[in-house]
Amino acid sequence: MNSFFQWEIIGEYLPLFVEGTWMTLKAAIICVIAGTCWGLVLGVGRLAEARHGFWKYFLCYCVQWPIRFYVSFLRGTPLFVQILLIHFALMPMLINPSGGLILSGDLAREIRSHYGAFASAVLAITLNSGAYVSEIFRAGIQSIDRGQTEASRSLGMTYMATLRKVVLPQAFRRMLPPLGNNAIAIVKDSSLASAIGLAELAYAARTVSGAYARYWEPYLTISVIYWVITLLLSALVRHLEARYGKGDAR
Amino acid sequence: MSTMIKVNQLQKRFGQAHILRGIDCEIKAREVVCVIGPSGSGKSTFLRCLNGLEEVSDGEVFIEGVKLNDPKVDLNALRAGLGMVFQRFNLFPHMTVLENLIMAPMQVKKMSRRDAVLVAEKLLQKVGLLEKIDAFPNQLSGGQQQRVAIARALAMEPKVMLFDEPTSALDPELVGEVLTVMKQLAEEGMTMVVVTHEMGFAREVSDRVFFIDQGVIMEEGPPQQVLGEPHHERTRDFLRKVL
Repeated sequence: MNSFFQWEIIGEYLPLFVEGTWMTLKAAIICVIAGTCWGLVLGVGRLAEARHGFWKYFLCYCVQWPIRFYVSFLRGTPLFVQILLIHFALMPMLINPSGGLILSGDLAREIRSHYGAFASAVLAITLNSGAYVSEIFRAGIQSIDRGQTEASRSLGMTYMATLRKVVLPQAFRRMLPPLGNNAIAIVKDSSLASAIGLAELAYAARTVSGAYARYWEPYLTISVIYWVITLLLSALVRHLEARYGKGDAR
Repeated sequence: MSTMIKVNQLQKRFGQAHILRGIDCEIKAREVVCVIGPSGSGKSTFLRCLNGLEEVSDGEVFIEGVKLNDPKVDLNALRAGLGMVFQRFNLFPHMTVLENLIMAPMQVKKMSRRDAVLVAEKLLQKVGLLEKIDAFPNQLSGGQQQRVAIARALAMEPKVMLFDEPTSALDPELVGEVLTVMKQLAEEGMTMVVVTHEMGFAREVSDRVFFIDQGVIMEEGPPQQVLGEPHHERTRDFLRKVL
């Protein structure tokens, strides 16, 4: 019973680990998709240009400046603190049985008790990764030769059509590696959500270690699970790179 | 003949640098104008102002009577009628030759794919590259890429073609094939403005030559006169260096 690694513990708590893995994957997938979309919006907003009058100032003061502030703040503060802020400060303000800004009453209580931690974690990680992804998009878009945009615009294509058809498809290839790294970071950072009680992998390990006062077994187990997930993710990114790499002159 | 392009006192500044210092000219339909001049003289900037790729600092540019540097003008619609060929080709590397040609007609003119493909095939035939229709740009030589770029611009059925040093990035042995295509276009009556260092092409094909220096058109006239018996000392100087 005193052996270094007791496999029975893992066996006994297998359902907990399986559920934890599923929760981690679910949260990570939502955060990667939502964070990438949000990051695209922020990145394009940062780069948008207008030539004339009102829109020029509107973009500068109502779009670019707030985005810069947002990105700077979210990249300059710990994700852990952001998760706590959102879960314990922002969420109670928005969704509260007594006078939430978005939802109140029994429905709010229901949502808070069932999905509270999940919603907070997903929101925090999405908002955070959006800030990082926006910089990836910005760098990717800026790395595409100006001549590409000029050629497209000279054919009468609009700014948005040029972005969609010419710039983003090329930028996307170059952004795949950093986007992949970002997805991997999300998988790992989702473990921070155990602090607000989200029943994901790290939470499962904590539960097991609490029950038996054993630490090697649960934490090594979830380490291996995280590792497998991130290895699979990087294999997927490599596959995508090979697939979309064709025709790139460089 | 009707006026295609009219430019009044065109000025362009980049910060402190005053690149164009008042250009006046008028280009008629079916005319071929070659623009020559030393590097840094502003000839490429002048060309890029003609389709709004560079914002005009001061003065006026009219395309068929429509003022291009008017905030209210639909620049995209105007550009659709102005083909542009770049020094560095600027083909879209993630698309095949066919996709390069049909994108804008489908997106901008809302042509059906079928019709756009027909137009593309006809144009590729014309520039002698029909067999490369499914190739990617990086599988083509520089000369072939530039011919595809010309076909891509022609696919929008422009009224004017602007060429920005179309042969300057090419190996010498590939220059001829591109000039041949351009000559053919000129013979078909396309209105063309060509920024070039190819004096032979200017002499043979153009109706008029503009010599731009220090941001103004120093001298203009038929090629025999500007290239043969230039009035201006700076033109003579420049021609001595390039010929």
